Amino acid sequence: MSIVGIAGIGLATSTPQAASGGEGFTPPGPSTFEYPAIAAGVTKPMVLIVLAAVLAFAALYATARKAAVVPGKLQYAGEQGYTFVRNGIARDIIGQHDFMKFVPYLVALFFFLLINNVFGLVPLIQFPSFSRAGFAYGLAALTWILYNGVGIYRHGVVGYLKNQSVPAGVTGPILVLIIPLEFVSNIVVRPVTLALRLFANMFAGHLLLILFTIGGEYLVFESGNLAYAPVGVLAWLMATAVSFLELLVQFLQAYVFTLLTAMYISGALSEEH
Amino acid sequence: MFVFVAAEEPNPLLPPVSEIILGAVVFLILVWLVKKYVVPNFEKAFAERTAAIEGGMAEAEAAQAEAKEALETYTAQLAAARHEAARIREDAREQGAAIVAEMREQAQVEAGRITTTARAQIEADRQQAVQQLRAEVGTLATTLAGRIVGESLEDEARQRRTVERFIAEIESQDDGAPVRGAR
Repeated sequence: MSIVGIAGIGLATSTPQAASGGEGFTPPGPSTFEYPAIAAGVTKPMVLIVLAAVLAFAALYATARKAAVVPGKLQYAGEQGYTFVRNGIARDIIGQHDFMKFVPYLVALFFFLLINNVFGLVPLIQFPSFSRAGFAYGLAALTWILYNGVGIYRHGVVGYLKNQSVPAGVTGPILVLIIPLEFVSNIVVRPVTLALRLFANMFAGHLLLILFTIGGEYLVFESGNLAYAPVGVLAWLMATAVSFLELLVQFLQAYVFTLLTAMYISGALSEEH
Repeated sequence: MFVFVAAEEPNPLLPPVSEIILGAVVFLILVWLVKKYVVPNFEKAFAERTAAIEGGMAEAEAAQAEAKEALETYTAQLAAARHEAARIREDAREQGAAIVAEMREQAQVEAGRITTTARAQIEADRQQAVQQLRAEVGTLATTLAGRIVGESLEDEARQRRTVERFIAEIESQDDGAPVRGAR
C-alpha cells in the first residue's frame, strides 16, 4: 500500500518537473543495471562475479585448511557452513549413497550465490551480480547440464527420458498428454525458471532499494518542495526495511537455487520418480 | 513506470553472451577449487574426528574390561586371603589348645614328680628320726634307770620329782622320748 503510494508520488513529482524542463526525477530502470566498461570491456558486474568466487574460495579454504580434529573458531564456522550444504541439502535430498559426488558443486554453488547476492547490500559494492541475467543463465545452464548428464549416465538416454517424462503408475491414453507435459516441465522449463527466479529476485530487490534511496534523496534535497521532505524520509525508512527484507531474499535465493539443483539431481538419479 | 521508458531501455533478459560464459567459467573454476582444496580437507577432519571418537570409545571399553578383570582378580585374591586367614586362625587355635594341653600335662608330671620327691624325702627323714630315736631311747632308758636306782630309796616324793624332771628334760629335747620315758 505505502510502496505504491510513495512510488506514485515519485512519478507524480518527476513528470511535471520533467515537463517544465528541470532536471526531474528519473526512476531507476533496466539501464541502471548497465555499467560502462572499466577497461577492455570489463564491467563492474564482471569484476564482482570474479571477486565473489575469490572470496568464496578464500573463506572456505581458510576455514578448511587446518582440517583439525578439534576445530578452532574459524574452522568451526566454516564447518557449520559446509555441513549446512553437505548434510542439510546434499545428503538429505540426494541420499546417503550418491550425495558425496555432488557436494563440491553444491557447496561452491551455495556460497558463490550467497556472496554474489549479499554484494547487493555490501557498502561500496551494492550490486547483486545475479541481477545481470547472464550470470544466472550460466549457472542454470550448468545445473541443467549436470542433472541431465547424471541422469543419462545412470539410466542411458532412453531410460532417462522415460524416467523424466513418464510418471510412475500412469498408463493408458492419458500418457499422450502427460509425456509432453512432463518432458517440457522437467527438461525445458526447469533451467528457465531456475535462472529467472534468481535473476528476477535480485533485479527487483535492487530496483526497489534504488527507488527508495534515490527517490528519498530527490524528495528531500532536489524537489524544492519542503512538504515532500517527510515523505522522502519515509522512503529512506522503507529503504532500510527493504534492506533487511533483501538480506532474507538474498539468502533464500541462494538456498533455493542450491536446493532445487539438488532435487533435480536426485530426480535424475532416482529409479522411479 | 518501466513501460514509460521501455523503448530506450536495454532488455535485461538479453544479456551479452560474454557474461553467460564468464559466469559459468568462473563458477566452474570455483567448483574445481572447492573439490580439490576444500571438500577433502573438511572430509578428512570429519573422518579423523569420527575415528578419534570411535577410537576413544574402543579405548574406554578396553579400560572398562581391564578394570573389571582387575576387580575380579582382587575379589578372588581377597576371598583367598580371607580363607587363608580363617585357616591360620583355626590352626592357631588348635596349636594353642595343643600347647595348653601339653603344658598342663607337663605341669601334672612335674607336680607328681615334686610330690613323689617330697614324699620320699619325708619318708627318709622319718626313717632317720626313728633310727636316731631308737638309738637315743636306749641310752635315755639306761640313764633314767641309773638315776632311779641311785635315788630310789629316798622317798616317794623325791622319786616322783625326779621322774617329772626327767620327763620335762626329755620334752624339751625330743618329742618321741617322753612317751617311752614315761613308760
